[in-house]
Amino acid sequence: MSRVDVRKTHKLFIGGAFPRSESGRTYEVNDAKGEFIANVAQASRKDARDAVLAGRAAFAKWSTATAYNRGQVLYRIAEVMEGRRDQFIAEIEQGEGLSTKKAAAAVDAAIDRWVWYAGWADKYAQAIGNTNPVAGPFFNFSIPEPTGVVAAVAPQDHSILGLVSVIAPIITTGNAVIVMPSPSAPIPAITLAECLATSDVPGGVVNILTGAPAEVMPWLAEHADVNALDLTGIVDESVAAELERQAAGTVKRVQAPRSGADWTSPPSLDRMRSFVETKTVWLPVGI
Amino acid sequence: MSLLPTRPLTDTSNAGLKAYLHGLPGVDAVGLEARAATLATRSIKNESKAWAIDTAISMVDLTTLEGMDTPGKVKAMCAKALHPDPTDNTCPSVAAVCVYGDLVTTAREAVGDRIHVAAVATAFPSGRASMDVKLMDTKQAVADGADEIDMVIDRGAFLSGNYSKAYDEIAAIKEVCGDAHLKVILETGELKTYDNVRRASWLAMEAGADFIKTSTGKVTPAATLPVTLLMLEAVRDFETKTGTKIGVKAAGGIKTSKDAIRYLVVVNETVGDAWLTPDLFRFGASSLLNDLLLQRQRMRDGHYSGPDYVTID
Amino acid sequence: MTFEYAPAPESRSVVDIDSSYGLFINGEFVEPASNTFLKTINPATEEVLSEVAEAGKADVDAAVQAARKAYNKTWSKMAGKDRAKYIFRIARLIQERSRELAVLETLDNGKPIRESRDVDIPLVAAHFFYHAGWADKLEFAGYGPDPKSLGVAAQVIPWNFPLLMLAWKIAPALACGNTVVLKPAETTPLTALAFADICQQADLPPGVVNIITGAGETGRMLVEHPDVNKVAFTGSTEVGKAIQRAVAGTDKKLTLELGGKAANIVFDDAPVDQAIEGIVNGIYFNQGHVCCAGSRLLLQESIAEEVIDALKRRLGTLRLGDPLDKNTDIGAINSRMQLNKIEELTKSGEDEGAERWSPNCPIPDKGFWFPPTVFTNVTQAHRIAREEIFGPVLSVLTFRTPEEAVEKANNTPFGLSTGIWTDKGSRILWMANKVRSGIVWANTFNRFDPTSPFGGYKESGFGREGGVQGLGAYLHVEDPS
Repeated sequence: MSRVDVRKTHKLFIGGAFPRSESGRTYEVNDAKGEFIANVAQASRKDARDAVLAGRAAFAKWSTATAYNRGQVLYRIAEVMEGRRDQFIAEIEQGEGLSTKKAAAAVDAAIDRWVWYAGWADKYAQAIGNTNPVAGPFFNFSIPEPTGVVAAVAPQDHSILGLVSVIAPIITTGNAVIVMPSPSAPIPAITLAECLATSDVPGGVVNILTGAPAEVMPWLAEHADVNALDLTGIVDESVAAELERQAAGTVKRVQAPRSGADWTSPPSLDRMRSFVETKTVWLPVGI
Repeated sequence: MSLLPTRPLTDTSNAGLKAYLHGLPGVDAVGLEARAATLATRSIKNESKAWAIDTAISMVDLTTLEGMDTPGKVKAMCAKALHPDPTDNTCPSVAAVCVYGDLVTTAREAVGDRIHVAAVATAFPSGRASMDVKLMDTKQAVADGADEIDMVIDRGAFLSGNYSKAYDEIAAIKEVCGDAHLKVILETGELKTYDNVRRASWLAMEAGADFIKTSTGKVTPAATLPVTLLMLEAVRDFETKTGTKIGVKAAGGIKTSKDAIRYLVVVNETVGDAWLTPDLFRFGASSLLNDLLLQRQRMRDGHYSGPDYVTID
Repeated sequence: MTFEYAPAPESRSVVDIDSSYGLFINGEFVEPASNTFLKTINPATEEVLSEVAEAGKADVDAAVQAARKAYNKTWSKMAGKDRAKYIFRIARLIQERSRELAVLETLDNGKPIRESRDVDIPLVAAHFFYHAGWADKLEFAGYGPDPKSLGVAAQVIPWNFPLLMLAWKIAPALACGNTVVLKPAETTPLTALAFADICQQADLPPGVVNIITGAGETGRMLVEHPDVNKVAFTGSTEVGKAIQRAVAGTDKKLTLELGGKAANIVFDDAPVDQAIEGIVNGIYFNQGHVCCAGSRLLLQESIAEEVIDALKRRLGTLRLGDPLDKNTDIGAINSRMQLNKIEELTKSGEDEGAERWSPNCPIPDKGFWFPPTVFTNVTQAHRIAREEIFGPVLSVLTFRTPEEAVEKANNTPFGLSTGIWTDKGSRILWMANKVRSGIVWANTFNRFDPTSPFGGYKESGFGREGGVQGLGAYLHVEDPS
């Protein structure tokens, strides 16, 4: 008789811990063939509220860490992801119905993308900040600062490469994020949460709420302590529009939906620019 | 012109004090913290570590300042203050016990004349009470047997720029102290900037403080290495100006022997040997003493000790 | 009661030094064709640490060929993200072996272990970490959409920060897609050879990094080798000029990082205690063996006496001695030759009429040592105000106004760094604008970071290392013509 395995319980990831939903709800996740994989926690508005608190608390520390330190922490996460490469591949195969070869390509691309963004932590200020030669005896510089707490919806497909492409630029620039992964293929996000939990990233920098974006996102869109929305994974245009209208109540910065994006093509600086504020400072130059 | 004050402070009006205090050199926070961090890398080993531990023990003001203090608690602490390590009578006594004013009598009875009794006074820790209350608080403690008074500076007055109120208060408390030594607590955690700490240090010293003390221990941050370094620089410069040595007490947040030894290094390399005595440097602490005892036992016995081998009181 | 610090030596057991080293060519240690070796000693004790190969012409050829082959067949064809991962591996390995590298650096160079441990080695790791992340992002560095590497880089580095200077050279070269042949200084080869071992541990493709040990002649043969595309040199101005002459008329791109005679300027409103630390750090850190050392202290005349008194008081707490002792502040002078130079120039200071002072400093019997020294009443015309001493010797001059400070600071053929101490922000910026030096430190000194470009004006050299500007030295940046 072959060995009976120990099956995982899939919970939320909030503030560095793995709680069940305070609503006690779960929903069924099936594989690409429709077979049952697991009951995954279904986040409620109160979980979202808790995640925002965790994100805000973590933001204070994360945003004031040196860029070098953030880069080191992100790189360490990639090291842990690499160690779980086989696990990720199996989960992509199962969840998205891809061949092993295609799943492996997606996982490798995701890890490499994470490394790419890790390497930006101590450079993006050089690429999107600058001094300004104003007409007068002043030294004037513009620097990018993280906007704060971001609520994001990851792509529905591409459950690892799309997920990483949304999360990494937000946190490399010093923000905290609450991300809702693809409802139909959330398992890789939970494995990513485990990578985060075993690396040096402070709890609360990344919070992962599995569940229904349609139910939870409106609460985050209206939440006065969320600074920006990333609607990348929203497919329905009218849903996106409604969320943006809700966000307007507190003038949030909104990243538009990108369903159908080709996640394999090399990113631009856009996703980092979207979540920073530019601060410009004037100093007189005088004896 | 010179960098530091050279003439005596004669104009103690608010304008006079402001000109004096605001004329002191500024403090670069990054540079100050970097210097403290470098001093913290000193590696103190073997015989110098043993010496430092004993010295630190002899500099402790063993403290209890809780609402739930009772005569029983104070007596137990006093016994420990006199004989910190019941297994080893080569262990030095601490410098003083530090209690609230209404427990001074109990403390003095318990320690006799063997160590100092310090009383906190002037509406410790907030300092928010009338001058009459503060004077009475002090007088009573001295009458009951306190030979040291730890007063708090009026932070409200200081931060609103009312330097002469803060100054006059210290001078008045010093007068009613009589022979008792006056420590002035700056509460650096509420002063916030190093420039304020430098100014408050000079204000307190000019007003008659015998010691300047970092904190009440009731506010975080309490004592830190950079803030203590800054205060030591102030007493060093004050001695250059007046010939008088003022003591420094670092209080609150100093938990381990490693911390305490770092403070002694900072004293050593800023003001030198002359201040390495309980007459001029103190630690305001409670749990620090046990860690010093554990480290002392480790050095004596050659293996790590444990909580069962030091007393809780 | 006196607080004496008991000896606190860092253990040597973490380091394993071979009795002899070959050259690191094409991924392996090989015996030199020249069959000659040089001894390397510990300058604190004069004990021989090891012997290393002295590369001759055939060896230099072999190294350049290996670099060329690796460039053509492997490294120039490799995607940026893969180059990045090799360099990340190197950064991590340096972090993992940091204690060993710090002890080795102290043994070979003579600098205090506190400095190798807390400054040199962490910066080395950081340089590789920073540059690893550029390898796959060069299109964003401002050099065009697809900047190309140069080919083979010949790199010659000095003895004052051996492994750090290696990092400043190799990290950007590799990130930009070049292969390298690097010659460490004659007196400090050991950490470069340990680095070769790290390249092996990282499985770096053979030939991408080649380390050839040797003296001045080896360096000359390397930079003059016809199949080298880029020459990078850090060292004395004299040798830098010789290299510039040798490379003239060729297609080789050149960057030079040479000497300095930096002015450290203190105004009457300076945060004085921190300024004292900055003065001390500026000239006594690394025994003054720093190209950007604050070797000329320019004090505003109104506060000069007080600052000098405070400085002398502070110098009394500096601890000179065994570099491996964790409490040592001032280590050994790197070589007998360097010590002779320092002594000669210091004597000239006395002969020319400046006043010399040192704190009471017990000097060990063996090894090369020089106590921290201050000269007051120095003027611009004194040799000790003009020539780089490269030792723990500070020359103090005075000024009256900011304009005069600027004039005096700029009145030198050098232009590497300047220090400015004042509480007034606008004056910091005004001074920074006017001083002709590549680095300006305000209310701090000797701060280095891989993101921050470093390099000089005038005879302190040209080109920058670190930051976005530093990448340009290793890429084709000219217009196609």
